[in-house]
Amino acid sequence: MTRHHGRGMASINYPIGMNLGGDPSQALVHANPDGKFTVALSAIDLGQGMKQVSRQIAAETLGVPIEDVYVDTADSDTGPHDMGSFASRGTHRVGNAVIVAAKEARGVLLEAAAEELEVNAEDLVTDGKGNIHVRGAASKTITVKAASQAAQFKQGKTIAGRGIFLIPLSNVSPETGEMSPVTAYAHACLVVDLEVCDETGDVKVNRMTSAYELGRALNPKMVEQQLVGGAWMGMSHALYETPEPYYPNPEHGGRDYNEYLMPGPGDIAPHDIAVLERPAPDGPFGGKGPGEMCANPVLPAVANAIFNAIGVRIDTLPITPEKILRALKAQGGARPQVRRA
Amino acid sequence: MLEFRKDLFADERDDNLNVIGKGEQRQDMLGHVTGRTRFFDDHGFDGLLHLKVVRSPHHHARIRSIDVSAAERAPGVKRVIRAQDVPVNKNTLLSLIGFGKDDEPTLAVDKVRYKGEPIVAIIADSDAEAMAAVKLVRVSYDPLPTVFDVQEALKPGAVVVNETYPGNYFEYHDKYDHQKLRFGDVEAAFRSADHVLEERYQMSPIEHASTETNGTIAAPETNNRYVVHSCAQGLFFSLGTTAKILALESNRLHFIGGTVGGGFGGKVDSLTEPLAVLGAMLTGRPVRYVLGREEEMQFGSPRGAERHVIKDGVMRDGRIVARQITSYFDAGAYTRLTSYGVVKCVAHMPGPYTIPNVRGDAYCVFTNRVPATAMRGFGVTGVDFSIEVQMDKLAHLVGIDPMEFRILNAYRDGDMKAHRRVAHNTALIECVQVAAQKVNWPLSETARRASSLSGGGGPRATIPPTVTDEGGRIGRPETRQAPPRLTPGAGASLPAYQPQPAIPVHQPPPAHQPVAPLPSYPSQPATAAPLPAPAPPVPAPPAAPQHGAARFSSVFTRRR
Repeated sequence: MTRHHGRGMASINYPIGMNLGGDPSQALVHANPDGKFTVALSAIDLGQGMKQVSRQIAAETLGVPIEDVYVDTADSDTGPHDMGSFASRGTHRVGNAVIVAAKEARGVLLEAAAEELEVNAEDLVTDGKGNIHVRGAASKTITVKAASQAAQFKQGKTIAGRGIFLIPLSNVSPETGEMSPVTAYAHACLVVDLEVCDETGDVKVNRMTSAYELGRALNPKMVEQQLVGGAWMGMSHALYETPEPYYPNPEHGGRDYNEYLMPGPGDIAPHDIAVLERPAPDGPFGGKGPGEMCANPVLPAVANAIFNAIGVRIDTLPITPEKILRALKAQGGARPQVRRA
Repeated sequence: MLEFRKDLFADERDDNLNVIGKGEQRQDMLGHVTGRTRFFDDHGFDGLLHLKVVRSPHHHARIRSIDVSAAERAPGVKRVIRAQDVPVNKNTLLSLIGFGKDDEPTLAVDKVRYKGEPIVAIIADSDAEAMAAVKLVRVSYDPLPTVFDVQEALKPGAVVVNETYPGNYFEYHDKYDHQKLRFGDVEAAFRSADHVLEERYQMSPIEHASTETNGTIAAPETNNRYVVHSCAQGLFFSLGTTAKILALESNRLHFIGGTVGGGFGGKVDSLTEPLAVLGAMLTGRPVRYVLGREEEMQFGSPRGAERHVIKDGVMRDGRIVARQITSYFDAGAYTRLTSYGVVKCVAHMPGPYTIPNVRGDAYCVFTNRVPATAMRGFGVTGVDFSIEVQMDKLAHLVGIDPMEFRILNAYRDGDMKAHRRVAHNTALIECVQVAAQKVNWPLSETARRASSLSGGGGPRATIPPTVTDEGGRIGRPETRQAPPRLTPGAGASLPAYQPQPAIPVHQPPPAHQPVAPLPSYPSQPATAAPLPAPAPPVPAPPAAPQHGAARFSSVFTRRR
């Protein structure tokens, strides 16, 4: 029995948002009389962080502390229309709608402050700590709270805004496939180090190393959770799971987590990630969306590393020990390729 | 471990922001980690009833008769729902955006097309009583022949799975049995290539395996409306689907959701919402319909299987000169979203590489298995696996290091893509360089110096004379190998999307100021920095961007 080490890589790009566009998102932003803001959406938080990324985008645009913003989603009576949380569209589409809405609300806030300070709204800036002051004259200042109270009780202004973001639907040519699929792409390259046992066909992933270009990383912690979790899913897709292990034979599907095999805690490999940020021209603060893409490079990188380790190509997913052993038998044993690590 | 390479693309970014770019804790974190966050199933109602469905044990069968009399008399049973009780018992999910023909019943009529297809719903006082009554429903079947392989299903005379699409393929543009991609002349390029490599790749179905299974609680409100606690990934998408199937005005449904225990694409199909609301309408009581783990894994829609056959022509120096991809997406018995995934796949061919001749043919095929749906990376994950393993094989074939091979063929700013749009904002080369650096993978000087920002465009921005064909006309499988014709390399014929000036961008704010000053309210924000206009396609595209008034119906096929 020998455990053969292998290293493989893959590089990919990924389209952000629904293919062809035509997928609008809306947002509503309003302040209570104390200058505390609510963002109303109907976008869905599946655990990916939709609420938090919308909250940070709103706080940045409004120019107020993040504690002064909460996101309320999703109630069809109060949240305006949104296409849904899929196609890596949440950050890009909803984020842009939130910016439009927050800009409008900020405009009213500054108008209210200007009236109280008896200056031009154009001369006002926010410090991100709950204060509004005249540019270059920090002493001429009013709190967001006082400006909001004045708007509500003295001036009769609504500090609110509405936003929509829509990329118009593209046609598709039946003859050539000419189309405008999306406006932004994220990128990645991932290297897998693994070992293959030529007696059992078992594959152990030892390490993943990657570089992801994601536009701006709006919240680095949430980016990290996506990339780490997505790589785990990619590893599972590559080596473990399917409801039809002998596809197209439809039988042998798992009925629960005992029968449906996925990597457990002991199978997780360390993942060393570099994040590159090339802002998307039409992304919110340049953001793209790492949600879907981060599983994709792992599948081919694992397959390529297995070839590097033992010289067999498995072109049918998942790459189970059975497939590896059958391929080794057909080849007459392992043929390790050039060592890369 | 996560590090930032702030040195790259630094001149395209202003990092002096207040909240953006900070790893702030989520507003919902405390609730999640203390188990107090409320998901759809955490909403209690007095008098809650439970719904379970009778599912087909056959992959394909004619339904001869259904006898529910014993089930109706079973303890705790409040109501039996049959196909004729569903107001609009035929739907296709993307009908909401005008794409495709209604092809799927909520409860099967006359025939079942996959194992696990719902036939009858039982509503009872408890889960256990509903499940016991399910076993008392007597359905008699005439089993029919089945088809499970996509290429078998496309053959003339194959078993017809779904009568709405009698050729077992989705119909694109009312014209073809597949979606085409044509760019240049692959056959001529194959003839001039030093090597040609054709390989076949297969991805099996995959279960989403979310912690929370699909489910809905629906209850009558006092105002002639229904409140619906839903785990849908698209709240209004599910509301619209439910309203259509139940023939209700949309404002009679009050959907609440937004906090979902994992989705990954598995909660886009509205698997439970319509029957739960129908149950509440028919009983006047709150109804809970939640899939068990086994139901979710066996009969909840998975990521569909994909087969990709890739043929590449490559030169000794490593340049790929032609790529042909034939893709088969296994939709299972009904369309759901597979038709959309196929077009997304075609848009993704030939991957992040600049290849001067590309041909793609992608089929959405019906078979007698559980309908497939979207999953993380939809339309792309399977073809990316295939392309990237193929890239490894090609590099091996020509004796070039696989990272060098990627950088050599990578797309760059200004390059024309096969779907006839110019690439911009690219960064594949930099990702490969950084990954190589991290693992000490040696790269040549040329590869280390390559950049996404230079070397693209020019001759790489042209649309070549293109061979097109009429192969695969609907109902005429013999035309799949139709004779080609040459279309001159004219400019793009469809208007390309141009970002609107009013769209917010990352605006570099001045120091000490988190956000750029705004125009005075209420005038429209117009101070957003003008977008770095994407390089215009060469030759320039005609006319103005088309607007959203166009619906998918004009894109693909008439709704009937």
